[in-house]
Amino acid sequence: MSRSLLLALLAALTLAAAIASLLFGPVDLSVGRLLAAASGHGDPIATTILFELRLPRTALALAVGAILGLAGAALQGYLRNPLAEPSVLGTSNAAALGGVAALYFGFAQIHPAVLPLLAIGGALLSLALLFALAGRSESPLTLILAGLAVGTLAVAGTSLALNLSPNPFAAMEIMTWLLGSLENRSFEHVRIALPCVAIGAAMLLWNSRALDALTLGEDAAQALGVDIRRLRLRLLVGTAIGVGGAVAVAGAIGFVGLIVPHLIRPLTDRSPSATLLPSAIGGAALLVLADIGVRIVPTTNELKLGVVTAFLGVPIFLVHLMREKRIW
Amino acid sequence: MVTLTLDRVGVALGRRRVVRDISAAFAAGTLTGVVGPNGAGKSTLARAMLALVPATGAVRIDGDDVAALPRAGLARRIAYLPQGQTLHWPLTVERLVGLGRLPHLAPMSRIADGDAAAIERAMARADVLDLRDRIATELSGGERARTLFARALAVEAPALIADEPLASLDPGHQIDVMELLRAEADTGKLVIAVLHDLTMAARYCDRLLVIDRGTIVADGTPRDVLTPDLLRAVYGIDARIETGGDWPTVTTFGRAQPPD
Repeated sequence: MSRSLLLALLAALTLAAAIASLLFGPVDLSVGRLLAAASGHGDPIATTILFELRLPRTALALAVGAILGLAGAALQGYLRNPLAEPSVLGTSNAAALGGVAALYFGFAQIHPAVLPLLAIGGALLSLALLFALAGRSESPLTLILAGLAVGTLAVAGTSLALNLSPNPFAAMEIMTWLLGSLENRSFEHVRIALPCVAIGAAMLLWNSRALDALTLGEDAAQALGVDIRRLRLRLLVGTAIGVGGAVAVAGAIGFVGLIVPHLIRPLTDRSPSATLLPSAIGGAALLVLADIGVRIVPTTNELKLGVVTAFLGVPIFLVHLMREKRIW
Repeated sequence: MVTLTLDRVGVALGRRRVVRDISAAFAAGTLTGVVGPNGAGKSTLARAMLALVPATGAVRIDGDDVAALPRAGLARRIAYLPQGQTLHWPLTVERLVGLGRLPHLAPMSRIADGDAAAIERAMARADVLDLRDRIATELSGGERARTLFARALAVEAPALIADEPLASLDPGHQIDVMELLRAEADTGKLVIAVLHDLTMAARYCDRLLVIDRGTIVADGTPRDVLTPDLLRAVYGIDARIETGGDWPTVTTFGRAQPPD
């Protein structure tokens, strides 16, 4: 499939998903009422639901899905590991820990911006720790191990916060947040997430051909003019800002960065650079669709978004496991 | 005409000094074989020539210190074929060869006609045009070696450094790769190859640089350099060297017995 056709199809899918996301919800609103609301002549209820609930929710799903898909594709290319994901570097977990800390210590009540800022701070801090642990080594294995250590530490910190949580409601709040959700999000959240996602995405998309050179190994890539350290810094900071901002508003939604590049790759020439932009658009579509799913599946409490993506992601892991074990 | 000079180059990996005080000069149109036992510092020396390891002394290409050149600028002047045939991602042969154009491209720019032509030329020279759409990770060893060679040729740099390009190739493919290296030198390029097969090195190289324990122990034409005494001293082997043919051939017998 040609690249422009792929991008056009993905964009069409994303647009359709976004429109569907505006149409579906717990409150059954007719298309006519929504159209009237959209044109500014609707009844107050439809207008409020459309602009205060569904629109920010859809916008967030698009932005969060895009950065998760993009970060997954970029990290898989950089680490030359098809199972890599923002969580591999511990960034998601560290961002989540930042958010949980905000909740546990009550900072979140000071100002609505504190929680997201701490999440981004957590992501950036994990990065600093990662650099300290991985040192000057340029080997992907060192980086993965360092990411594992940072991620484990963040999960331990989060569990500690849960254990020490003074009342059951705090624990529930933290749990809800960690599973990932786009319920009851406002334009306040969009304003927080969007700049982070935009900055992160720009950093990840810049000069993506360097990732292609890395498929030849680090020496060959450097001999082709790639500055490995600068590339690594750009990828890690871009991931931290983008994913940190996303986790701050949506919680730790896993597996999007794993699923999307795997679905996209067979439709491209398989080079790491060719999967980046399609993975961003595909990630946006996937998360919007998953978010429609959690709204229309009839459950007493709304399903958490991270639960749905995890169910979608595990089969991808299994396929890789089977391939590694040569079961088929 | 490109020149590459090493001025008292030294490299330490950790506490071990792997390359010590090597000085040498390389000229365009010459194929130089770098030989020596495992661990002698050949690959490290090659990496130092590309500023891939921190080194003392200076490596200069046309008088410019390689460590001070911007990476892309250096990449346009020296192409590098690293050791091993590691490929980390299933790219097509054409995409892989196209990576050789990376030093010539600005970030976010598209591949220009000139780049596409260079990719075609490189694929034609290395005889991989038929493999164009194959996945590189699924190629045989010989095909893969030619593909990676084409990738290095696509840079169209005036100098080429190849680190053990014959490793894991059968005799036929070894000859193919040596012929390619020879042809590059004959077109006026400066070519340096780290080699293990002494007869291959003697047959195709204009000059052999023998490295042992990080220093140059012999430097000259294959006929001058390859002697039983040198092979005993450097490799610890007994060998016979036939010099009657078009090129010297080395036949090894076994480990040299230590003198009583």
